[in-house]
Amino acid sequence: MKAKLDQIREQALTQIKSCDTTEKLNEIRVSILGKKGELTGVLKAMKDVAPEDRPKVGQLVNETRAEIERVMEEAKTRMERAIREARMKSEVIDVTLPAKKVRIGHRHPNTIAQEEVESIFIGMGYEVVEGPEIEKDYYNFEALNIPADHPAKDEQDTFYVNGDILLRTQTSGVQVHEMEKGKLPIRMIAPGRVFRSDELDATHSPSFHQIEGLVVDTNVTFADLKGTLAQFARELFGESTKVKFRPHHFPFTEPSAEMDVTCFKCGGAGCRFCKGEGWIEILGCGMVHPNVLKMSGIDPEKYTGFAFGMGLERIALLKYEIDDLRLLYENDIRFLRQF
Amino acid sequence: MNTALSWIKAYVPELDCTDEEYRDAMTMSGTKVEGYERRDKNLESIVVGQITSIERHPDADKLIVCQVDIGSGKIQIVTGAPNVKVNDKVPVVLDGGKVAGGHDGGPLPEEGVPIKAGRLRGVDSFGMMCSIEELGSDRNMYPEAPEEGIYVFQEDVPVGADAVALLGLRDTVFEYEITSNRVDCYSVLGIAREAAATFGKPFVPPVVKETGNGEDVRDYVSVEVKDADLCTRYLARVCKNIKIAPSPKWMQRRLAASGIRPINNLVDITNYVMEEYGQPMHAFDLDTVAGRKIIVRRAKEGDEFQTLDGQMRKLDSEVLMICDAEKEIGIAGIMGGENSKITDEVKTVLFEAAIFNGANIRKSAKRIGLRTDASGKFEKGLDPRTAEAAINRACQLIEELGCGEVVGGVVDVKAPLPPLGRIPFDWERINRLLGTRISREEMLRIFLKEDLRYDEAANEVEIPSFRQDLIGIADLAEEVARFYGYDRIPTTLPNGEATAGKLTHKQRVEEKARQIAEHCGFSQAMTYSFESPKVFDKLLLSADDGLRQAVVISNPLGEDFSVMRTLSLNGMLTSLAFNYNHRNKDVRLYEMSNIYLPKSLPVTDYVDERVQLTLGFYGEGDFYTLKGVVEEFFDAVGMRGKTEYDPQAGKNFLHPGRQGLIRYKGTEVGFLGEVHPEVLDNYGLGVRTYVAVLDIPSLLPLTTFDRKYTGIARFPAITRDISMVVPRDIMAGQIEGVITQRGGKLMESCQLFDIYEGEQIKAGFKSVAYSITFRAKDRTLEESDVSASMKKILNGLEQMGIELRQ
Repeated sequence: MKAKLDQIREQALTQIKSCDTTEKLNEIRVSILGKKGELTGVLKAMKDVAPEDRPKVGQLVNETRAEIERVMEEAKTRMERAIREARMKSEVIDVTLPAKKVRIGHRHPNTIAQEEVESIFIGMGYEVVEGPEIEKDYYNFEALNIPADHPAKDEQDTFYVNGDILLRTQTSGVQVHEMEKGKLPIRMIAPGRVFRSDELDATHSPSFHQIEGLVVDTNVTFADLKGTLAQFARELFGESTKVKFRPHHFPFTEPSAEMDVTCFKCGGAGCRFCKGEGWIEILGCGMVHPNVLKMSGIDPEKYTGFAFGMGLERIALLKYEIDDLRLLYENDIRFLRQF
Repeated sequence: MNTALSWIKAYVPELDCTDEEYRDAMTMSGTKVEGYERRDKNLESIVVGQITSIERHPDADKLIVCQVDIGSGKIQIVTGAPNVKVNDKVPVVLDGGKVAGGHDGGPLPEEGVPIKAGRLRGVDSFGMMCSIEELGSDRNMYPEAPEEGIYVFQEDVPVGADAVALLGLRDTVFEYEITSNRVDCYSVLGIAREAAATFGKPFVPPVVKETGNGEDVRDYVSVEVKDADLCTRYLARVCKNIKIAPSPKWMQRRLAASGIRPINNLVDITNYVMEEYGQPMHAFDLDTVAGRKIIVRRAKEGDEFQTLDGQMRKLDSEVLMICDAEKEIGIAGIMGGENSKITDEVKTVLFEAAIFNGANIRKSAKRIGLRTDASGKFEKGLDPRTAEAAINRACQLIEELGCGEVVGGVVDVKAPLPPLGRIPFDWERINRLLGTRISREEMLRIFLKEDLRYDEAANEVEIPSFRQDLIGIADLAEEVARFYGYDRIPTTLPNGEATAGKLTHKQRVEEKARQIAEHCGFSQAMTYSFESPKVFDKLLLSADDGLRQAVVISNPLGEDFSVMRTLSLNGMLTSLAFNYNHRNKDVRLYEMSNIYLPKSLPVTDYVDERVQLTLGFYGEGDFYTLKGVVEEFFDAVGMRGKTEYDPQAGKNFLHPGRQGLIRYKGTEVGFLGEVHPEVLDNYGLGVRTYVAVLDIPSLLPLTTFDRKYTGIARFPAITRDISMVVPRDIMAGQIEGVITQRGGKLMESCQLFDIYEGEQIKAGFKSVAYSITFRAKDRTLEESDVSASMKKILNGLEQMGIELRQ
């Protein structure tokens, strides 16, 4: 009986070894392990075996079956792998052919700059506030300490709808609206469109965008203003950016300053980009003028604040090295796709 | 404001710094230096030479050969200049030196013009004698220079000396940006005072002495100010026996460096004092002043007046005039009259130093179209006390320069002078505002440097009259900060309670709109808010369309920028056309910006500013592409109910058969459609173009970012397909309406899966197929569950004239 089993096993293993398709392998399986297979035949012959030998023979049969099955499984795996390899070999593609793009749209560089600025201040706990673009003279000028006949009114060539209504020349009016709400402390930025009667050229546009910031609280200091804007500059232009505050004048702040940042092209050494200065003027800022606080119903004896404002187009042009402001309003898709 | 550093140093004698140091320090203390230029740029190796002999050139008629003593020796120079004589002292540039420009004037080369020894027509020449143009200037600034030829020193100058220094060119001209609050700094003295304080050096202003003979000016002239609201002070002095002559070189040089052309002693003195004090002065020939009386009053509407430049000027009743007893003789603060102007024959001069209303001068100058140096100063609002100092300074210079005899006394017609300001000195509050710990003493030292005196008893800082900008404690804080140094103030962050910065719901919806538009391939455009009123016609708006009621700008840059847009399509179509004209394919743009709808006209209050999401494209895609974008956006902002499209949108600018109003839960939120072919023509778009406009304020209340999980269906659905032949004018929306209405509770969805018009279908009909899905939440449906609903649906459809196909 053992000899018979050994013979079946040897024969099976030889057959499996020489087998080259899964179909043939299956035939082998049927011929040996199937209902009418040879090994099954051995099992059927068990009744002729002496009862005391049956367990031993049964074990032998099972061992033989297990080995054949194992070898068969290995052969099957090997064959399937070979088939897959062959298929993949036939499926080689040219990975350098052009991509099939899902053409997503692009955001306007001005908006990108605006969002960069916004996210920095949102991170510092500022709210983003909006205000009307067609504004009252009071909010655009008077409440910002620019009374009628003030020369600053001429400096900002204003588009008027009538004597009292105008297209805002600065986003600063949003500050006043926010302060008038009387909810303190205030930490806000106000991005938006502003208008000045400048003819359109490579560096001027009758309509552009500003972003304005305001903080009002007890004990807000000029040192806080410096610290806040220095951090902003580092986040916007890079960790190594240095800032310089120069005294300046704005009617709505006192003391006032202009802030320069080290040129992000040359790092401050001086290059063509910064006209050899090493510094680039970025924004105006200052401590909110007590008159402005007072007019908006905030007690300047109790509260102080700082404010700052910058031109978004200027930041976009500088950051993305755009050499002509007009590109921002032509909406040429070849321009927009670069952002 | 341009001023030579040498003039500043005249009042800050100890000032000793390089140009760069001066620029940086002044800028950091608040007097911003815009730039500076050395006047001796490219002037190298130029000395005074004296011509000792002149011979004719042997081979050239137009050349001469000069022997020139240059102190260290004699050199031979060949020149073509016609004007030199033996013994003339002239600037000589030596071999290897440089001059600034050519002898014909014109733009100066950046690197200058190097001079080398050479041969002219065979004769050696070891240098060059210079014209004033070659030295980088011109006859305007050096009136003594000849019209053509070499500059000849008129004064006795040492041979071999530095000619550049003798011409006053060893100097640097600084250009300042003066802020509008610092009226006092529109003067040399004002800047010098800042420079002294910045560098901690003594400030030595000129000492104005009392001048005048024993006569009384009131015997010469009287002054009446009729419109005191526009003239708060009028000072007049008289000088007689005037001798017109050139002013001294030092005065000419200082004026020239400031860009003012020297004329004669009298004119130069008025200009000099204007620069020095910032107070414009005017000089009248007193013999032309009728009745020897000055009257200050408004002009009469429509008056015409000839200013001293010979031009006729139209006046109105808000223009302030200087008049004599009979006639107008000058436009106050702007320009004098032809009829009273100073000539070389003048005998007696009337000096005027006045304070005119700045705003009035500014407006008058604008209306008349004549802005002068004087008006530019007046319009900033001048200091009445400085005016007095200035007129006395002018008289002092008349005496010192031997220009005439000053008559004693001053006619001074004035409103009460404003009291000098005083600011309580709360030094701790200044530190609290700045975030500094500057000592009280240091602050007082800073004030003293600036001529701000401290009144110990009252603990107040006394403000001099020229500092009209200092009013409150914040102003004092700025003075402290400027001279303490902005760069020395620490950098801290505000402490205070932390507020959470976040976007509002509106901002989130707008951001979502941008994201979805971009995901769908639309790039963001930005267009102007103002446009031409012709846009309404271009967009075929009917004559009575409410959108024609726009906010109009009263002073636009031009008609093309004159009305605030009431719909956002013009910018979009213009941008698409720009791309089309540049042959850009498949362009998809969106814009997120305001339209401006007046609540009433004329505008008296805030207008309705409405954010519009405008989508537009041409190229790949169609109406349904855009509809898909709209619905993706709605889905993203939680508008997941049924959106309806009403084909009766009534938009003239859209294709009449391809437009739809968009309604969500009964609210109109926008429209979309294909642009009308005539509008396409108007914009030069030669391709089908689709636009959608969503009115963000309308849909904002319908949006939500709340999300709730409602479970995933666990039981299988039953799907029934129906195929029908439908009259062409029945819309899919109507069919869906019937299916939805009659589908019953178990109906989950209906989906159009085929629509066809063509040969197999009879004319006027289309083939439409829907797949209807039924599902229950709690069990597997049986056929019998849906057959009743299907029957209802089919009946409903048949009633609409739809044939069902088996």
